[in-house]
Amino acid sequence: MSAKSIIDKIWQAHVVKQLQGHPAVFAIDFVLLHEVTSAQAFATLKERDIPLFSPETCLATIDHSIPTRKNRHEIFDLQAKNQVETLRQNTRLAGITFYDFESQHQGIVHVVGPEMGATQPGMTLVCGDSHTSTHGAFGALAFGIGTSVLTHVLATGCLLLQKPKTMKVHFKGRLSPGVYAKDAIMKLLATIGIGGATGHVIEYTGEIIRNMTMEERMTVCNMSIECGARAGLIAPDETTFNYLKNKPYAPVQDKWQNAVEHWKSLCSDDDCTYDRVIEIDVNNLVPMVSWGTNPGQTIGIDETVPKISQLPENEQSMARQALDYIQLKEAQPILGTPVEWAFIGSCTNGRIEDLRQAASILEGQQVHPQVTFYIVPGSEAVLAQAKKEGLDQIFEQAGADFRMPGCSMCLGMNDDKVPAGERCISSTNRNFVGRQGSGSFTHLASPATVAASAIAGKIVPPNEFIKGSQVHG
Amino acid sequence: MDKITAIKGNVIPLKMNDVDTDLIIPAQYLTSVSTKGYGEHLFQRLKESDKQFVFNQTAYQGANILLTGNNFGCGSSREHAVWALREAGIQAIIGHSFADIFASNSAKNGLLLITLSEGLIADFFQQASSSQLVLYIDVVEKKIRLEGTHYDFDMDPFVQYCFTNGLDELDYLLSCKDDIGMFKQKQKSFLTLGEKP
Ligand code: SF4
Repeated sequence: MSAKSIIDKIWQAHVVKQLQGHPAVFAIDFVLLHEVTSAQAFATLKERDIPLFSPETCLATIDHSIPTRKNRHEIFDLQAKNQVETLRQNTRLAGITFYDFESQHQGIVHVVGPEMGATQPGMTLVCGDSHTSTHGAFGALAFGIGTSVLTHVLATGCLLLQKPKTMKVHFKGRLSPGVYAKDAIMKLLATIGIGGATGHVIEYTGEIIRNMTMEERMTVCNMSIECGARAGLIAPDETTFNYLKNKPYAPVQDKWQNAVEHWKSLCSDDDCTYDRVIEIDVNNLVPMVSWGTNPGQTIGIDETVPKISQLPENEQSMARQALDYIQLKEAQPILGTPVEWAFIGSCTNGRIEDLRQAASILEGQQVHPQVTFYIVPGSEAVLAQAKKEGLDQIFEQAGADFRMPGCSMCLGMNDDKVPAGERCISSTNRNFVGRQGSGSFTHLASPATVAASAIAGKIVPPNEFIKGSQVHG
Repeated sequence: MDKITAIKGNVIPLKMNDVDTDLIIPAQYLTSVSTKGYGEHLFQRLKESDKQFVFNQTAYQGANILLTGNNFGCGSSREHAVWALREAGIQAIIGHSFADIFASNSAKNGLLLITLSEGLIADFFQQASSSQLVLYIDVVEKKIRLEGTHYDFDMDPFVQYCFTNGLDELDYLLSCKDDIGMFKQKQKSFLTLGEKP
């Protein structure tokens, strides 16, 4: 038997059939749903009178368009209200578990799935959202799909897929204090660009990956889509198993042992091959910040915005447009750029560890008077845990606004928007034109860099605010 | 889906790379629960901010073939981008490369994507911006025809099969129901279901 990667193993275990010249009929194990991209799928099923294939392997919640203020049950935007109500009805009729406002499990779909143990190694998982790649942190093959394909999966438990190419991204070296998983993945984006992994599924390897917590691994896999990858994943290990154990959807008793054994067998064989392999050296990596209007337009915090003439020719016009939009000049340092807004949240960095990081920096400090700082937990569970640890107190004392769970200012679909002409340092994943609000400017960074910059009122690295000697994997 | 064997019409040149789906249809227009009503907001931000934007120019009104650069449709997986383009009358996009999810969404909504070399695209841009460029796209023969000459393009055989037969992917999957049933029965699952969390 020839050596296989984890990607090939999961692929082979899920091909139902494949005719010459046609895509594979590919089995999907679990489906996540949210209010923005699912309604049209349910409508099509109803129109064509097709029953749901397997409602028990679906899980739904609300996140994208809901408010994050305390009285969030009151949705004033009529369309958003309609989306939420439609999902409520669709899931009730179909018998799908739905985490509503009162459930204590509501949250961003990519935060909730793993928290419930629904995301497991070797599984195939889809959601009508591009950041489904997040779930790859568990050694699952997880990817975003459009609404038509969601209809296919809900109707048949399968979709049509061509075999993706495989790519290994190996992180070499160790991270310095003040440098995090977010910085490592942003370094990859800066290196290969936003189309750099198109058509591939990435497996991330290296010592820093093995030392990462599940939260950090999710941050890495989350941003796979930003370099065009179909999905990104990390082979499961003890960290994965410890995280999953005793989660609601996790196997119990005998089944647990069998599961762990099976999961271990999924890891890539030693001498397996990939269609592409690249290495990213993270020794000497510094905190990363985006300067432009796509996540690949990213530099180290101690670097200057690139000189357009020094960029590859095919990137120059985009870079010029980006700088025009974001109102920075070529060759200016990114360090010290004043910000009016700061945001910590999203499926990239809205988990408990991210909030702990932010709290450790904010403790005993004050948010700069010019800065509005939103901190939005990824889920009810994150919110509850943060309160238990007293993080909410720290945030409030520092002058940050600690809000209710949801996507919030990650995409500005609800009331949480950065006003036109104002600049935000953000722990999210996309800095596209107008992403956080029409005419707003976004700089992506790690939660630690965001918290430090909120205090300083300008873009600064977290180091001087880090207490004691924190060492990160 | 209707059978699509040929597309004929005017080219509208959108000389940009990395056009993301936020730009195609901004997030604030995604709150509807239907697949309709997005066409009028296609490229809304560019239409508002730039009077000279090609979609504001009368010369290109009614054009149904969009010409663009690299990595079109990157970013969010929203299928609304494809619905918006279709509703605005776009039937085919010619570009140098397309983002994965966007390409997959397009195939399911009868939006034809054609990948051509950068050189040829540059030629087309030149022609389309100086005078009207009318193309005839033959989906059966996989050829773009104009004034006595033609260019071959590649097309995924299954997508072509679906386009030319008016076949819906969902019908195809439903026809595999027995295979799927057998497969799912044999499959290992370690989910704890039943006692709902
Ligand atoms: S947090 Fe942002 S990236 Fe994540 S699912 Fe919500 S909108 Fe998408």
